[in-house]
Amino acid sequence: MILRIQNGHIIDPANGIDRIADLWVRDGVIAAIGESDCGPADQTIDAGGCIVCPGLIDMHVHLREPGQEWKEDIASGSRAAVAGGVTSMCCMPNTGPHIDHAGIALQIIARAKQVGLCNVYPIGAVTKNLDGKELTEMRELSRAGCVAFSDDGMPIWHAGVMRKSLEYAASFGFMIIQHAEEKMLTGNGAINEGWVSTQLGVAGMPAVGEDSMIARDIMLAELSGARYHVAHISTKGAVELVRQARGKGLKVTTEAAPHHFALTEEAVLGYNADAKMSPPLRTEEDRLAVIEGLRDGTIDVIATDHAPHHEDDKRCGLSCAAFGIVGLETMLPLSLQLVRDQVLEMPRLLATMTCNPARLLGLKAGTLSIGAEADICIFDPEKKWTLDRKKLFSKGKNTPWHGMEMTGQVTHTIKAGQPVFSHGAIVGEAAYE
Amino acid sequence: MKGMKHLFGIAGLERHQIEYLVNLGDSFIDINRRPIKKAPTLRGKTIINLFFENSTRTRTSFEIAGKRLSADVINISASTSATKKGETLLDTALTLAAMQPHVVVIRHSLAGTCEFLAEHLEHTAIVNAGDGAHEHPTQILTDLLTMKQAWGSPEGKVITIVGDISHSRVARSHLLAAPKMGYRIRLVAPKTLLPSQVERYGCEVFHDFDAALPGSDAVYMLRVQTERLTDSCSFPSIREYHEAYGLNMKRLRAAGSDCLVMHPGPMNRGVEIATDVADSLQSRVLDQVEMGVAIRMAVLTAMCGGGETE
Repeated sequence: MILRIQNGHIIDPANGIDRIADLWVRDGVIAAIGESDCGPADQTIDAGGCIVCPGLIDMHVHLREPGQEWKEDIASGSRAAVAGGVTSMCCMPNTGPHIDHAGIALQIIARAKQVGLCNVYPIGAVTKNLDGKELTEMRELSRAGCVAFSDDGMPIWHAGVMRKSLEYAASFGFMIIQHAEEKMLTGNGAINEGWVSTQLGVAGMPAVGEDSMIARDIMLAELSGARYHVAHISTKGAVELVRQARGKGLKVTTEAAPHHFALTEEAVLGYNADAKMSPPLRTEEDRLAVIEGLRDGTIDVIATDHAPHHEDDKRCGLSCAAFGIVGLETMLPLSLQLVRDQVLEMPRLLATMTCNPARLLGLKAGTLSIGAEADICIFDPEKKWTLDRKKLFSKGKNTPWHGMEMTGQVTHTIKAGQPVFSHGAIVGEAAYE
Repeated sequence: MKGMKHLFGIAGLERHQIEYLVNLGDSFIDINRRPIKKAPTLRGKTIINLFFENSTRTRTSFEIAGKRLSADVINISASTSATKKGETLLDTALTLAAMQPHVVVIRHSLAGTCEFLAEHLEHTAIVNAGDGAHEHPTQILTDLLTMKQAWGSPEGKVITIVGDISHSRVARSHLLAAPKMGYRIRLVAPKTLLPSQVERYGCEVFHDFDAALPGSDAVYMLRVQTERLTDSCSFPSIREYHEAYGLNMKRLRAAGSDCLVMHPGPMNRGVEIATDVADSLQSRVLDQVEMGVAIRMAVLTAMCGGGETE
């Protein structure tokens, strides 16, 4: 089976490729870029005017399976992923049961292979039951396929446990991903603490709740020599702390979610529960700091924190609503704004969603190298479309962008050489599941 | 009243609407003082008071206001409602709305409850009787009518609000009303009881009560929720609170003999307000209660589309 992707603008940040050429796929792997001896193609995709890049990686996703399948499951999450050009994603362990022993990780991986749309790499829990007390069997979880460790949704709040987690992880080269939130400071907060929370009369989560935990963690990361990754960074102070840590040569990295560089706390005015997430949307100053962090390389990765919820969990007023928004299907168009605003050149932007997360997590993904599995995203960077929440592939319809115009649309997603998403629809065998 | 479907808060009102409601309330004072306290204005109208938070005075005030205008008034409190049986707030509201009331008066501990419910209730007027730490518009209209009685107009006056500003919907609604009506607000509280960036409302902020007293035309004491104060580490003790932020006779004298004392009730005597101050001639606390009924009559009338000759 030979697939030819014709006339696309191929951008492969991992290999420094940035030119218009044909991309050839043979038997599920990348065969050639430009001239090829593959012979005639069985299938041709015209990618004229489009960008052809490695299938995107989203290293921060909540798939809700097992345990909360009414919010999302591996199949629906995989469909949402490929609709967003994502062919590899990491799922967080706050499922039910949690990904705190190998069986659950194996189950998730097996189910994802069965669905066959998108690679799913579990993130193992750092502590059993995510309760911040006893460490999980990280080595066993790693052997089962976990690519990093996190208690995401909950911080590893106890400084002693965090120290031991980092030391243990460092001994075996594992990375710890922290949801940095000092709960003693954020309390029952629902949105950013500041002028907006004051006007709405809603309890706030101060920026210092995020910053203070990251400051502590960086000191512990230095002490232990561990690889420490800050999930969904959202404040000016946190970006500065990571910048300083990296300046000192520590193995500290971070990711930003599109909502944190696309929106501010003003999005919750009017008590909009679809703009409620943790960490919350912050101020314009914080938003600009996140963008600056992406520009200067302090922030390596864009990841969505895709957090699908059922309507019932959101339709109960701002203070009671669940935290989180869906992100897989809006990651690319929202991130492309950074190119249009000249914050990042296209190859650097795409690196944040391809080779950068692949490097952090040791994934064989995020590249168009010859011989690599042919996971490919083709998108029209200028195409305008209007987001309709009802048309999302995710079960979660909780997005603040309903009815808004997006610029940039995925036209095709190819998984291991097979087109799985084409012009708005899931195609191939998976379409009949 | 035209252009007013709901009453969520002071934020959504323009000066002329506030003045209209205060003046309409003024015209109802008389009914409340008559031997036969009944007018036919709202005959055939159904009003539901849906209270998810404990309240005696506000609920009674709305109830009396509706009944004196001949409306049919139903009271539902959280302790007897279906919410105890697991029904969601929205379902409770939808169920009541399906019974076709004209007005639902809502009090809830969550800010934004009225805005949230209004999205789903199309044909019912919603009146906010206090939502979390967000707004309490009928209290502020009540205070404005009380001030009108005392001064004619609040224009240029200085109102000093003392206490837990953080959790106070009364303070927020006053902070929104002040620039519209031309009065000024001084806030007095320790930092532990002030919300973030509160000065952006355009008020003055004091931590020292005594420094805020000179030049105050009214001192407005907020009710202290004693458990909340100590449990949240916002204040060490009631004793120290009274000493630092309680209104006693000495402080009232420092404010001057023309300075009014106000309180949205219920008062904690000996905590935020000393008994002799509460009972002094400068106190307008009971006037506020009386004006509250008149204002709620005005608000209910406006919600039912009456009261305006246009």
